[in-house]
Amino acid sequence: MKDKYNPKIKQAAILGVVPIVMFGFAFGLVPLYEVFCELTGFGGGRFEQTVMVSDAPNVPIISEAIDREVNIQFLADVGRGLPWEFRPTETQIRVKVGEVSETTYYARNFSNHSVTGQAVPSVTPAYGAASLQKVECFCFTEQRLEAGEEIEMPVLFYVDADLPDDVGTLTLSYSMFPIQVDEMSHEMANMEHL
Amino acid sequence: MIAHAETVPSGRNPLVKFILRWLLTTNHKEIGTLYLSLSFLLFFIGGAMALTFRAELAQPGLQLMGADFYNQMVTLHGLVMVFGAVMPAFVGLANWMIPLQIGASDMALPRLNNFSFWIMPFAFGLLLSSLFMPGGAPNFGWTFYAPLSTTYGPPSTDFMILGIHMMGISSILGAINIIVTIFNLRAPGMTLMKMPMFVWTWLITAFLLIMAMPVLAGVVTMMLTDRHFGTSFFEASGGGDPLIFQHVFWFFGHPEVYIMILPGFGIASEIIPVFARKRIFGYTSMVWATGSIAILSFVVWGHHMFATGMPLATELWFMYATMVIAIPTGVKVFNWVATMWGGSMTFETPMLFALGFVVMFTIGGLSGLMLAIAPVDFQYHDTFFVVAHIHYVLYPGAIFATMAAVYYWIPKWTGNMYDERLGKIHFWTAVIALNLTFFPMHFVGLAGMPRRIADYALPFTGLNTFATAGAFLLGLTQLLFLYIVIKTVRGGPKATDQVWEGAKGLEWTVPSPAPLHTFEVPPKVD
Ligand code: HEM
Ligand SMILES: [Cu+2]
Repeated sequence: MKDKYNPKIKQAAILGVVPIVMFGFAFGLVPLYEVFCELTGFGGGRFEQTVMVSDAPNVPIISEAIDREVNIQFLADVGRGLPWEFRPTETQIRVKVGEVSETTYYARNFSNHSVTGQAVPSVTPAYGAASLQKVECFCFTEQRLEAGEEIEMPVLFYVDADLPDDVGTLTLSYSMFPIQVDEMSHEMANMEHL
Repeated sequence: MIAHAETVPSGRNPLVKFILRWLLTTNHKEIGTLYLSLSFLLFFIGGAMALTFRAELAQPGLQLMGADFYNQMVTLHGLVMVFGAVMPAFVGLANWMIPLQIGASDMALPRLNNFSFWIMPFAFGLLLSSLFMPGGAPNFGWTFYAPLSTTYGPPSTDFMILGIHMMGISSILGAINIIVTIFNLRAPGMTLMKMPMFVWTWLITAFLLIMAMPVLAGVVTMMLTDRHFGTSFFEASGGGDPLIFQHVFWFFGHPEVYIMILPGFGIASEIIPVFARKRIFGYTSMVWATGSIAILSFVVWGHHMFATGMPLATELWFMYATMVIAIPTGVKVFNWVATMWGGSMTFETPMLFALGFVVMFTIGGLSGLMLAIAPVDFQYHDTFFVVAHIHYVLYPGAIFATMAAVYYWIPKWTGNMYDERLGKIHFWTAVIALNLTFFPMHFVGLAGMPRRIADYALPFTGLNTFATAGAFLLGLTQLLFLYIVIKTVRGGPKATDQVWEGAKGLEWTVPSPAPLHTFEVPPKVD
């Protein structure tokens, strides 16, 4: 039987490697995509901001204010399962390039237990995203709100002078995601209901 | 059709015998018939779904169904037509014709062939069973974008995922079988560059299949683990990105659209020379064009994502790369026209369908070029203009090509000629009905009517009523096709072995109907 070995089966087996490799490649597209985003700023320039997190304490040297103004728009989204109201207190402001400005976001926990959220920022257009520098941001840390608690959270930022000329408006958007629901108070809250 | 049953032991109840014969067959002709029959059945199921949502679209407002059921119909229609009607039809034709065209006695791996087929009914059983589940069938479109299909998908989505896995395995095994057959079983003397165009296009399609289908399997696997095993491939709160879904899906999706058209190119390239009584013009360029379309199809997927906010450089790349594909496609259309040029043409039904294919597929190619212009795609994207585009490339493209092939080869399969008069009626009514149905979609799409929404603004009423009327007529013409096929299977004027006056090629050297076993001794090709 050994020498009656079948070249067709061997060829089929070799061809069978292709789908296996391509199946793996599909998963490989995921990290490739992240690299791609990092290189291009696609995905809303999230990756520049991670750098900023570590820079945050040492306030960067602010470039000299120049005579140019841009619109900054603010958006907010609430992730699934987060019992919060979350919105910007102003939807659009006009700022001078190079000057530090401040705005706030409002958040309220309308559940009966404490909840921790983490905001993930995103800036569009992507190719202007790197110029929006955050000096201080509630997104640098987790936010914990007790049952019913409401807060206004500040964002300090400036637009760097290297903003591409054709960008007149930058949109800063935050998605607030739940980190973990405090199990203890959750249970206690349930007990209170009994 | 073919009364022969060697695999089944004698002395059993005839029904058991019948079932076992078809369940266990490893004969390429019988498996081809099975694929074609399944595809035909699913074509009617998918068509019934289309008529259901077209009925809703006849008038603005919601008359017949809720938006959710409408969405389920749209989703299943797309999935059933793409994976259940078009692809198995081509695989069925490949099973029947590739061994006959290359002078092989069967497919290279007959038992694998049987397995590939029998996965399919179960895959589609799973998919269609989702209609009867609590929460309803998948309702997020045939492209099942995350997070609609992950976070927000109905429970039945898991059945869709499993169904897609199964039909993916079936396609991959079928494709491997086809490649091995073509590489190993060609008759002596049939070099690669002497192969009929249908075999060439299928060889290239098979390579597309083994490269693209696993990526689809990958993306549905990610969906499954996101849904149930806590991964966050597409979940932003876990560090993933829903856009990754679109990238992976379309990396599969664009090659997939060529999987649905390349065998059709092959069929047109078989039929047109026969009825023009000339050799195909530019055979070598046809082969090269098909190959380059296949390779390019892996680098253009982003044209489905122009409106997702890609960086400018990426938009430009995908725009120009897409337009480059139009060049080899244009070469093909040119060659078909040049083949007809100066030929002595006759217009039997297969030729009519092949000509309908060339003309109307070109219309679809032109709307494709419009969509490929990134800045204007922001207006066209997700409107009925895209629906018009895909139906011009797929209906008069893939479906007409399949019908042309059926009319062309059915005398060889059954030994009977079909009814030429009815065939012509079928063609002309189908052409009229399909243009009534799909042409108005260009206009409502350009005017901004979004796709996949059950209701629409009043100004679109006229054209939509029109399209619905066309759709029902189109449905009727397919019943006529069913009648013609059944009539031909059951009898009719006897076909000669050559069948068509201008027909050359090995499949026309075997008797009509083709006996169950052909080319036991390989023919000699020179
Ligand atoms: C000249 C050739 C072609 C070009 C330039 C082209 C271009 C495009 C573009 C740009 C889109 C995306 C439109 C949008 O969503 O905004 C699209 C969609 C589509 N095309 Fe083509 N196309 C071509 C040929 C084909 C062929 C041959 C097929 C299939 C046989 C096909 C099937 C599809 C399908 C199914 C979609 C829609 C996918 C969906 O549901 O979103 N196209 N095409
Ligand atoms: Cu495409």
